Amino acid sequence: MNLLTKAVLLVASLALAACNNPRGGEDDYTSGMGAGGGIGSTALGDPNDPTSIAYFNQTIGDTVNFTVDSSDLSPEGITILRTQAAWLNRYPEYQILIEGHADERGTREYNVALGARRAARVQQFLAQEGVNPGRIRTVSYGKERPIEVCAEQRCWDLNRRAVTVVSR
Amino acid sequence: MTELKRRPVLGLLAGLAVAPKVAMAQQPLRIEITEGVIEPVPYAIPDFVPENAAGAEYAASIARVIANNLTNTGLLREIPVTAHVGRITNFDAPVQFADWRAISARALITGAVRVNGQQISVKFRLFDVVSGQQLGDGLQLDGSTQAWRRMAHRVSDQVYMRLTGETGYFDSRVVFIAESGPANNRRKQVAMMDQDGENVQYLTDGTALAFAPRFSPSGDRILFTSYETGFPRIYLMDVASRRRQVLGDQPGEMTFAPRFSPDGQSVVYSLSVDGRTDLYLLNLGSGQRYQLTTTDAIDTAPSFSPDGSQIVFESDRTGNSQIYTMSLQGGVAYRISQGQGRYSTPVWSPRGDLIAFTKQHNGRFHIGVMRTDGSSERLLTASYLDEGPTWSPNGRVIMFTREEPGSNASMMSVDITGRNLRRIPTPGPASDPSWSPLLP
Repeated sequence: MNLLTKAVLLVASLALAACNNPRGGEDDYTSGMGAGGGIGSTALGDPNDPTSIAYFNQTIGDTVNFTVDSSDLSPEGITILRTQAAWLNRYPEYQILIEGHADERGTREYNVALGARRAARVQQFLAQEGVNPGRIRTVSYGKERPIEVCAEQRCWDLNRRAVTVVSR
Repeated sequence: MTELKRRPVLGLLAGLAVAPKVAMAQQPLRIEITEGVIEPVPYAIPDFVPENAAGAEYAASIARVIANNLTNTGLLREIPVTAHVGRITNFDAPVQFADWRAISARALITGAVRVNGQQISVKFRLFDVVSGQQLGDGLQLDGSTQAWRRMAHRVSDQVYMRLTGETGYFDSRVVFIAESGPANNRRKQVAMMDQDGENVQYLTDGTALAFAPRFSPSGDRILFTSYETGFPRIYLMDVASRRRQVLGDQPGEMTFAPRFSPDGQSVVYSLSVDGRTDLYLLNLGSGQRYQLTTTDAIDTAPSFSPDGSQIVFESDRTGNSQIYTMSLQGGVAYRISQGQGRYSTPVWSPRGDLIAFTKQHNGRFHIGVMRTDGSSERLLTASYLDEGPTWSPNGRVIMFTREEPGSNASMMSVDITGRNLRRIPTPGPASDPSWSPLLP
């Protein structure tokens, strides 16, 4: 990664942490840094602008959750993904990276595979909803990038997730 | 590092009378490490004798490294130097066994160190104090002063072998992941250290997330998974030069869970495509890639049998993770895990007789061992999160990762008897150990 890219990422991360994430900075910081080598960085824009990434992340909702060991979509997850698909179909200029994650109650490599399965499930669903599969890439972080850290069910539930990261 | 050379020390004790009373009746000192319960054998290791002024710098340190190794086996208990009655001031003088019997030592290790410039010579002898007999020949190791710790490890391996009849594991290394930073954005670097936690070196700079490094069968290369490209990919690194290359480079595919074949010529690993994770075999020489499994399930964490004919791996093809073995000649996988719960990360013992694994059951994680047909399962540990066993070169000790709520990851070791649970000293949080073979 060259210095300029690093600087841009840093600015993007700070912007995320500062104002655009309703759940606090860590989540989007993680997404931005984690995907650093795979996607470019993009200004998030005004969350009131329906064409902005901030709008997608906050108003549409970028995350769906899963039950233990499962990649099945819940009714709530399907609702969120339908809304995601409609938005993505309206704004085809955005590229899509789906991050699959697992909770910490599994072994490291299994969790990478499980995260890959979750990301793929979201990818398949978005494709069924008309999103061009060529726009979508998937990555799994296994249990390496929890959104919440605690040794309790509450955190494990939040960490079993797939996050749709859009960029221009 | 200079190759260590060793040669027998001249038998200066030959011809000297040994204490006659006990010598004949006693069996030679022998530690059976397969015994279920062992009272550690008391031993003494005085500071080695410096044979010149430069040797003094290393004489005590070498003895301490050896003592640390031997005591950590749980098979031996050191009688502290402060309790010694006798003093060893001349390596070749007859040992006054009465002095060592007086403190109830059963084994005595003596040694001497000479340093000339960058060259160091270490000599040692092992005695059965009760019988007053020397166990094996005296031995001299010659090498570079930079390698002084390795020489201490070599001596430790010799002592271990003479006392147990089995190969040691001290002159070996561990690759692992050095962790730092917050739990939700952990920095993970590939690192390498001696098995006793010394000489830590960092092999990656930590800008990219990395996990699960694995040593090659000769210890000269490692495999690991890194997110350098933004996606998990397997890298092959030459330990000496630190040169590395990505293995396979297909966009949109995630590769992980690599392990070498016993001949070091091939790598078995997982590849995820469209949510399916299958096992593949890559020939490092030809670049040929063979698909080994074709299920829609998660097939991962493969490990070779020592003869290279089979792999053991985990799969959730029947619903939750279980352990399977499969011949590399042809495709049927046999489930070997029988108990309740979920089984992961199987690793074949270097002796070929056991498979170590991670088990999840009733909210707890265990490290366990089973025979290669799945029978005789024994759980060795239990905690909030234990995972990822790796075998000592002699198949007697297992190292693994432990995480407890609210604390950082650490590496532990346990004997396959289930005894002697120990924390491995590391500079910071650490995970994913992989033990090298004995160094050449």
